[in-house]
Amino acid sequence: MSKSSLKQTLKDLDTKKISIRELNQDYLKRIKENENLNVFIHFSEENVLKQIDNLEKDNSAKKLKGIPIAIKDLFCTKSMPTTAASKILENFNPTYESFVTQKLLDEGSIFVGKTNLDEFAMGSATNTSFFGNTINPLSKENEPLAPGGSSGGSAAAVAADLCLGATGTDTGGSIRQPASFCGVVGIKPTYGLCSRWGIAAFASSLDQAGIFSHNVEDASILLQSIAGFDQRDSTSAKVDIPNYFENLDDDLNGKTVGIPREYSIDATPMEISQIWEDAIKVLEKKGVKIKNISLPHTKYALPTYYIIAPAEASSNLARYDGVKYGYRSDEIDSLDEMYENTRAQGFGREVKRRILIGTYVLSAGYYDAYYLKAQKVRKLIADDFNKAFKECDFIVTPTAPSAAFPLNEKQNDPIKMYLNDVFTVPASLAGLPGISIPFGKDKNNLPLGIQILGKHFDEQQVFNAAVSLERSYE
Amino acid sequence: MKIDKNTINKIARLSRIKLDDKESEDYIKDLNSILDWVEQLNEVNTENVEPLSNISSSILPKREDVSNDTNSSEEILENAPDKLEGFFAVPKVVE
Repeated sequence: MSKSSLKQTLKDLDTKKISIRELNQDYLKRIKENENLNVFIHFSEENVLKQIDNLEKDNSAKKLKGIPIAIKDLFCTKSMPTTAASKILENFNPTYESFVTQKLLDEGSIFVGKTNLDEFAMGSATNTSFFGNTINPLSKENEPLAPGGSSGGSAAAVAADLCLGATGTDTGGSIRQPASFCGVVGIKPTYGLCSRWGIAAFASSLDQAGIFSHNVEDASILLQSIAGFDQRDSTSAKVDIPNYFENLDDDLNGKTVGIPREYSIDATPMEISQIWEDAIKVLEKKGVKIKNISLPHTKYALPTYYIIAPAEASSNLARYDGVKYGYRSDEIDSLDEMYENTRAQGFGREVKRRILIGTYVLSAGYYDAYYLKAQKVRKLIADDFNKAFKECDFIVTPTAPSAAFPLNEKQNDPIKMYLNDVFTVPASLAGLPGISIPFGKDKNNLPLGIQILGKHFDEQQVFNAAVSLERSYE
Repeated sequence: MKIDKNTINKIARLSRIKLDDKESEDYIKDLNSILDWVEQLNEVNTENVEPLSNISSSILPKREDVSNDTNSSEEILENAPDKLEGFFAVPKVVE
């Protein structure tokens, strides 16, 4: 069966070609058939049926009424537990709903389940989850591939057609890289476009919610639904949210695309350089002016990120102390023992590694040398983009330096793992919107991704360039 | 080597994470290799560069000074590993 788009499904529901119940039963069936992929941390058929019952009694018109959506298990949901894929949040039932999921509920969507991720979104392969690996649906038999990460469960859910869209979060590439690995569309909007209220915090100055979908049109519909100002997030932006879908325009004639030469790195395989060139050629044919730009501090983005993100994480994760919620160790002879054992047993290896690094770079005597230094380099990286965007309307790069790799391949070398984010991290540090769309395949027929970056709050330009490339490729 | 046994113990203590000897050794190795790698930032001249801590261009808007106190302590305590008479319970701190 070919995958139905959100746009088409909304039409089919509207014209009564299909009912909400029939639609969701179709998805429930596929979810049950694909249990081996370990996409969901929490799935309850009963819960989905209850949502269908409630919607059938509801006569009001809603934009996403009956649409099956998967939610990354980093978003607090009242109707389902929230774990952040960590033992330390085992059995945690939030008392409130995140901003993003509340918006989706208000529009009438159905939550099919909570998707797997790297523990506290720290990883690039969905292999640091307490609940086991997620398997990329594009894997061949006996050769399981990683779905990317950290939002690997959400990317896999869309790729396996277990929902019509999914939420993700992106701190350094956690939406764009898994989208590329699973052959789906993933957008991380501008920092501040979607409220962080109710999302378990990893690195607050970088965390941003976004969307996975089958195609660019669907992403434009869903992003509009989750964007908006919220006073409970002090970095939430008070900007007008355009109707991205209505305004989609694939005519790029007269626009200028920036091609950053620093993104040609030695380690990039030929096939990825090739799809990058192909995308540039397609744009040129559409009347887009090609402009070579320079982002001179690109090579410092990864080390900058791996100081700032762990530093913020060490502070954010201090709240998991075994007192208020989640896991508490049995070995609790004193209060300090309780904290130390709870956190030793409740956090996984990668999370502990990042807390330790973060604590070190913030500790007395090292703050200036590491954290302050990284914040200064971050300023230079953001300035690079500001300068570049004076000369171009959007920027095109590859999304990731490889196609999906075998499960666990890179687990033992943290720096090698961190290199997965080489093309996505710079825009995260600058707070810019970025989308990954499937574009071309590697020699093993695995999808590769092209990333489009835009100016702050210029998601419309990002969508327009993406839809234009997507339509030329189909 | 920036991180030795003493340093890792100090950081682990600050982080309130108990480490066994094997873990300490692993983290000493990991952290040193990560710190060596981030060292390249020293190549960058950051004289007179303002540190960037908030990328958001928006100005924090004011809100009405009204309380929206919802007493949900019972609901919140449902998640507590241990509770006593409407409070979170922890091991005894004062003898």
